[in-house]
Amino acid sequence: MADKKHKFNLRDHAADFWDASPRWRKVSLSFLFIAICYALPFLNNPLINTPGSDFQSVLFYPVGMYVLMAIGLNIVVGKSGLLDLGYVAFFAIGAYTMAILGTKTSLNFWEILPIGMGFAMLAGVLLGTPTLRLRGDYLAIVTLGFGEIVRIVAVNTDAIGGPRGIAGIPTPPDIFNAKFTILDPKPYYWLLLTFTLLMIWVVRRMAARRPGRAWDAIRQDDDVAQLMGVNTLKYKVWAFVLGAAVAGVGGVIYASQILSIVPDQFNLNVSILILACVVFGGIGNVWGVILGAALLAFTPERIRFLSQPRILVFGVALVVMMNLRPDGVLPKKKREHFDPDWHTIEESGEGEIK
Amino acid sequence: MRLEIKDLHVHYGKIEAIKGISIVVNEGEIVTLIGANGAGKTTMLKTISGLRKVSSGQIIFNGEDISKMPAHKRADLGLSQAPEGRGIFPGMSVLENLEMGKYNRKDRKIEMKEDLDKVYHLFPRLLERSKQAGGTLSGGEQQMLAIGRALMARPKVLLLDEPSMGLAPLMIANIFNIITEINKTGVTILLVEQNAQQALQRAHRAYVLEVGHVVKEAKASDLLNDPAVRAAYLGTGAH
Ligand SMILES: Nc1ncnc2c1ncn2[C@@H]1O[C@H](COP(=O)(O)OP(=O)(O)OP(=O)(O)O)[C@@H](O)[C@H]1O
Ligand SMILES: [Mg+2]
Repeated sequence: MADKKHKFNLRDHAADFWDASPRWRKVSLSFLFIAICYALPFLNNPLINTPGSDFQSVLFYPVGMYVLMAIGLNIVVGKSGLLDLGYVAFFAIGAYTMAILGTKTSLNFWEILPIGMGFAMLAGVLLGTPTLRLRGDYLAIVTLGFGEIVRIVAVNTDAIGGPRGIAGIPTPPDIFNAKFTILDPKPYYWLLLTFTLLMIWVVRRMAARRPGRAWDAIRQDDDVAQLMGVNTLKYKVWAFVLGAAVAGVGGVIYASQILSIVPDQFNLNVSILILACVVFGGIGNVWGVILGAALLAFTPERIRFLSQPRILVFGVALVVMMNLRPDGVLPKKKREHFDPDWHTIEESGEGEIK
Repeated sequence: MRLEIKDLHVHYGKIEAIKGISIVVNEGEIVTLIGANGAGKTTMLKTISGLRKVSSGQIIFNGEDISKMPAHKRADLGLSQAPEGRGIFPGMSVLENLEMGKYNRKDRKIEMKEDLDKVYHLFPRLLERSKQAGGTLSGGEQQMLAIGRALMARPKVLLLDEPSMGLAPLMIANIFNIITEINKTGVTILLVEQNAQQALQRAHRAYVLEVGHVVKEAKASDLLNDPAVRAAYLGTGAH
């Protein structure tokens, strides 16, 4: 430990503060955090306003949407170490499920949501089972290809609108007093936020149990994980499928808000940008990933007044940041010493993937 | 738990690394494979544990041909490998690494404490360092961890790949004592070693490998006195 640098480190301090907190403080801080998230659309602060675009809309898309997708991709890339460059495909599958079923059948948003998620997961199984045997670069290339194939198939299938896509997608039915209309993005944001919080909870629970342990092992050494009796293919497919489910849900919600979709929205850039969110924020650490996605989605909107040069400014800012903090804005805490009570394997059973 | 390998062939791409090897490891034995660098020793162990595909031939474990079984299922059957070099999880603590050794055992909750105590008793150093990240252990400590972790699975057959690699002389003797001790508890051991002197002293039988072939099979004590083996692997020529 002698060589450990004693730099002030906000992340570690925050983590230590959290770990040392009694239960009541953890609960009240969590509630406060959640309350702030729900109240965000009412914030009216010149610092975070987005001139040129409506802040409440920006909060739903891109910010909220990217945060959700980055959490999903983080399961694949960050937790299990699988480089997926075609993540947008699952988002597209969710969005198209909403668009097709919403316009051609009488199913409503709530009925389509699990179907869209199911289709995305099915695609995850079909793509994952053969390709997750491949390693590293090969997997990246195959997933990249898959992402493009989904888009190109959509462009070339006239039955689903071809390059013109699908218009007239219905909005979700009202819940309580919240009306889902194109004019008011707030209910969509709250809906998205609810799913995001649910996802954070699910991922945190899994990460602390047997699947998390298996993903850790696979990421660190696939061969050795097999020697320990870990069915690595099964857990990799599960990581892939969970990631796909998140993107599928994102796609359904997105399509129900935007009212019309075209295939070219689901291009490679989206996959790359979400991957950038994960890496920029701090791969593997869910809070880092959330922060990264929020920053990467928000900043280009905030500086929209710069018009054309804004992408250049954004790019330079990214490069500078990655040089200053190569592990991301809020990287995973580097563990040299471990909490002796952190025995995940002993609480096995629960959360086990069959 | 008898392990029998029949006419095994293994390829890396077009290169044939194992060219028709047959060996037998009887229940309760320590059998050692010795041979020069690149002879195919590691490849043998990886093929037995399932990390490499068999091109042809059979691996018979407890009467069953397991040559097509995935690695994780072989682990469940009681084949446990301590991989060559630093085959530990660098980002997990020593304790977590050891827990991983039990990942798939049904009774892991019941056995955990008892087996941890056993491993810590064999390697007190691991107890001192139980909270330290595996990747920050010294080379020798990582070796101990890899062996200890393999034991956590309560193996029937233990595959050890150069357990003495990178250890100080005192520690080498120690690790071979431990291997003998493990064997006495009823664990069958297939041992790959560069340190032929020690390996032959401890093992019951031995096979000498040369570029993918078995060139000699004998009682370990006989090989210790074999002039050709002494010249090639023990660094001391015939009288
Ligand atoms: N992944 C690989 N790809 C291609 N060739 C390989 C691979 N691994 C091993 N080989 C080759 O197979 C042969 C046997 O290698 P192996 O690692 O089994 O030798 P070894 O007997 O364990 O040697 P050492 O004592 O140096 O550990 C060598 O010629 C090696 O170069
Ligand atoms: Mg070797």
